[in-house]
Amino acid sequence: MEDGRTLQEQAGPPQREPPVSGEPLVVESLTTEIRRRRGSFAAVDNVSFSVRGSEILGLVGESGCGKTLTALSIMRLLPEAARITSGRVLLGGRDLRGLREADMRGIRGKDVAMVFQEPMTSLDPSFTIGMQLIETIRAHGAGTKREARDRSIEMLENVGIPRAATRLDDYPYQYSGGMRQRVMLALALLLEPAVLIADEPTTALDVTIQAQILDLILQLRDEHGMSVILITHDLGVVHEIADRVAVMYASEIVETATAGEIFRKPQHPYTQGLLRSLPELARRGTPLPVIEGRVPELGALPASCRFGPRCPNRITRCDDEHPTLERANGDRELRCFNPTEFELRLGH
Amino acid sequence: MEIESSAASTQPSSSSGSGTNGSLLQVRGLSKSFPAERGGLLGRPTAWLSAVDDVDLDIAAGETLALVGESGCGKSTLARMIMRLIPATAGTVDFAGLDVLNADRQELLRYRQQAQMIFQDPYGSLDPRMNVDAIIAEGLARQGLNKAKRRSRVRQLLDVVELSADVADRYPHEFSGGQRQRISIARALAVNPTFIVADEPVSALDVSVQSTMLNFLHDLQDRFGLTYLFISHDMSVVRHVADRVAVMYLGKIVETAPVEELFGNPLHPYTQALLSSVPTVSREGPSERIVLEGDVPSAIDPPEACRFTGRCFRVIDSCRAAVPPLEDSAGTSHHHVACFNYEALPRGRSGTQGNHS
Amino acid sequence: MATRPADVHTGGAALAASGAEGRLRDAFVLLWANKVALLGLVLTILFLLIGMAGIVILLHPGLHHLWEDQNLRAVLVTPGSEGHLLGTDNFGRDLLWRIVAATGLSALMAVGVTAFVIVVGLVMGSVAGFFGGRADTGITGLIDLTWGFPLLLVAVIFAGMVGKGLNAVVAAAAVILWAGFARIIRAQVKTLREREFVEAARMLGTPAWKILVRHMWPNVLGTVLVMASYYVAITIIVEAGFSFIGLGVQPPTPSLGGIIAEGRNFWSVSIWPSVIPGATIALIVLGLNSLGDGLRDIFDPRLRRF
Ligand SMILES: Nc1ncnc2c1ncn2[C@@H]1O[C@H](COP(=O)(O)OP(=O)(O)OP(=O)(O)O)[C@@H](O)[C@H]1O
Ligand SMILES: Nc1ncnc2c1ncn2[C@@H]1O[C@H](COP(=O)(O)OP(=O)(O)OP(=O)(O)O)[C@@H](O)[C@H]1O
Ligand code: SF4
Ligand code: SF4
Ligand SMILES: [Mg+2]
Ligand SMILES: [Mg+2]
Repeated sequence: MEDGRTLQEQAGPPQREPPVSGEPLVVESLTTEIRRRRGSFAAVDNVSFSVRGSEILGLVGESGCGKTLTALSIMRLLPEAARITSGRVLLGGRDLRGLREADMRGIRGKDVAMVFQEPMTSLDPSFTIGMQLIETIRAHGAGTKREARDRSIEMLENVGIPRAATRLDDYPYQYSGGMRQRVMLALALLLEPAVLIADEPTTALDVTIQAQILDLILQLRDEHGMSVILITHDLGVVHEIADRVAVMYASEIVETATAGEIFRKPQHPYTQGLLRSLPELARRGTPLPVIEGRVPELGALPASCRFGPRCPNRITRCDDEHPTLERANGDRELRCFNPTEFELRLGH
Repeated sequence: MEIESSAASTQPSSSSGSGTNGSLLQVRGLSKSFPAERGGLLGRPTAWLSAVDDVDLDIAAGETLALVGESGCGKSTLARMIMRLIPATAGTVDFAGLDVLNADRQELLRYRQQAQMIFQDPYGSLDPRMNVDAIIAEGLARQGLNKAKRRSRVRQLLDVVELSADVADRYPHEFSGGQRQRISIARALAVNPTFIVADEPVSALDVSVQSTMLNFLHDLQDRFGLTYLFISHDMSVVRHVADRVAVMYLGKIVETAPVEELFGNPLHPYTQALLSSVPTVSREGPSERIVLEGDVPSAIDPPEACRFTGRCFRVIDSCRAAVPPLEDSAGTSHHHVACFNYEALPRGRSGTQGNHS
Repeated sequence: MATRPADVHTGGAALAASGAEGRLRDAFVLLWANKVALLGLVLTILFLLIGMAGIVILLHPGLHHLWEDQNLRAVLVTPGSEGHLLGTDNFGRDLLWRIVAATGLSALMAVGVTAFVIVVGLVMGSVAGFFGGRADTGITGLIDLTWGFPLLLVAVIFAGMVGKGLNAVVAAAAVILWAGFARIIRAQVKTLREREFVEAARMLGTPAWKILVRHMWPNVLGTVLVMASYYVAITIIVEAGFSFIGLGVQPPTPSLGGIIAEGRNFWSVSIWPSVIPGATIALIVLGLNSLGDGLRDIFDPRLRRF
């Protein structure tokens, strides 16, 4: 993994305002609440992080902890039941929360684009793949129909769809799961966004095509200074391409550090548990290791440490207080009263 | 984790009296072509996409066969044909003596009480207008359970997939991707199937929840002898759960072998490239990835040749002249490979590192 | 999205909802929160109540005098005068009662036509879209054939067969309009059929008819609701149009279009006899469309706010 994480300035796509301090995207104390029949709860709770120019930030965490909703909050594409209740989202220094929807539409795709976790949530089943790609280009007023078509074909080929010119006229159901996922990526990369939010962009891909897709992302990062938030459960991928990693648990960030630090010296007990559960480290014929206990219900979280009920390191303080995210040594931030050292044992 | 043992009692005895050569599922010559271009007279197709081509597959009762392969190579299409959700172009599927593709209504209903599928796309496979309770209970309609029994069964299944019972009245859009995937697992388990086609069943789960699900599926297998066709891109998961692995490339099975044999001694050039690209946390420094050159080929009107020719690093002339048949590799009768010019990798360069049992 | 207007609904948290009753209650809460739909509901209820009153005075001979009695000494009086809340027409007949009666006629006809169009269109469209093959070819042929006929022509033909009047209009509208609806439903069902949840239902052994009823219909419900309100509106407009040109309801029976047509001749004396029925039509259509849109949102779980 070569490290392109210098604070190199963005040479990339034209930007209306200069990025502030080399951090194209800053999320500050973002809280997003979901309304339920009986009360509401925070699915994203006081989340802060920033993404530097040309940086790849991995966002990992347990299923249902609020990663997708964090991304949707940034994009302002939240479902009806959800609402941002506090915090700021600064894109190139501009607070997206204050923008009118019409302005936001101009920003989506161009300044910040998203690959959705489940392609069918955003691909319209009644239009061909081609129509949807061409529509996206044309919505941002770029070029003629012919040009848009050529660009779409080129983009589909970039993401490894063979015979793209023919397959442009297919409907989404005629694509395989992984092909739909790559269409999502093509849609997101069409306009060469400054920031890419990729929510599980490669889960449905085999490793050879995955490698190709990751190379494409790295290439855009290197050529255009694109920054990336990579949301994924595939820790192998995070290890290979992320510069920094943020770990979420129960709608909060519990640890952030450089990728090397997270994998070599995870300090939060949840991060440690996650790495311990990796199937590649498990012995065949034995049950796969898991983190004991249940993923908590977001509606009914303890006021103390949210990982407490499952934590092997718990001390009395953990039962009384809610830990805050504190800056630890170096570039690390940590939300824990009793962190311990941990060494990932590689191989056997 | 306790799942009602009615699974055991409703286990049809017919499933143990399996096919002719001891396998529960026998696939022979299965093919599927989709019309790829319609330009002819009256919109007749002028080109065909050969999604699955002449596939043979055997799965023994109680076995887990993993199916891996390139994205778009036809895994889901194969699964759909086995479940008879789409018609096959050619071939047969034999399930415990039942000719699945020609089964009549009654037989098909019985088949569908025994064989279930976990769909690859959890969002698309859950009806947005149905709440979780209705989704999971749908398959129970034929089992004559009363309302209270159905409810408790749904709750129990939700518990198994680590969701709380009060999500039952929520709709699919109210869940995270991984939660939807677990609902889809619960639905497939509802009718106590003996055979499950799991198409990427845990791809949207974090490793801990994923492990919980896999342990549970394994547990079911241990106790009730379930059989799995497990489609996955995650090689470390495959290595852990599979008994045998079949590798597919562009509509064809190119290699099958017992799991340790395949990971330890991959023979087909595609398999070798595949295993060398697995991203891992346990490797420091750059990987020795075999990068596949050349464009991803298309399955539209493929030539009569090895379908890997365009990208293969071991291609020879005869590869372009004929389709390599899937044959026993030198030395063993368990390891089959479809290649004219395969060669084992030098020791130490094979596959992912990690678990050797 | 964050630009959404401030949410007026605060009562949701107190709801304990489970089962059908709870769902119904949820629907009301959501309706209450959706002011446009609420307006639509109020207008539609008003329309239906007036319509029922109108049917009563049309059917009961003892009440005919309300809308039939002429008073040539008080023709075309302005609204509000001499005990005529909405004034009188050129025969001195009370406009209020005539509008009530006409609304009754419109309501009866519109609901009848719409019910026919929705039921036939839904069944034909979903059978064609879901089963495909020969059923599809047959039904699509029928749709295209029907759609090719101009409504006016059909109405004239029917008028020739059964005589001018309401029956001809109703028959013509019903016979033509279903095809458009069937076509919409067919297209939607065809797309839905390719969705994986339909495959999932088949995998679970759900029979075809049940897939149609349990998976297809709920998913086209939004379209049905919106289109139903549209068809009620369009029928009223069509009837008004036909009555206006003399093909529809025959005098002295009042209809909204007929009243406009008669009033038109006296435009220079008083505009009210044509403006009032015109405004009535506009309000009815507005009410139905708002209600239709609102109901679609309310029945879509994805658009719910809690
Ligand atoms: N539209 C919605 N209505 C109600 N609750 C929702 C909605 N969307 C998400 N949630 C809830 O919010 C929580 C966070 O969801 P989110 O999709 O952000 O999780 P995630 O971290 O992306 O998980 P995964 O890895 O499984 O995709 C989940 O517990 C989910 O149940
Ligand atoms: N209904 C359809 N009509 C036309 N083509 C189809 C249809 N379904 C699948 N295909 C094509 O068949 C090929 C195989 O698709 P399939 O979904 O089986 O792939 P897959 O191996 O499951 O891939 P992935 O891992 O990406 O899910 C693809 O090229 C796909 O576009
Ligand atoms: S604060 Fe305490 S309970 Fe929470 S993770 Fe740290 S040690 Fe565990
Ligand atoms: S048959 Fe030839 S082209 Fe095909 S995989 Fe083997 S060596 Fe490569
Ligand atoms: Mg998610
Ligand atoms: Mg697939």
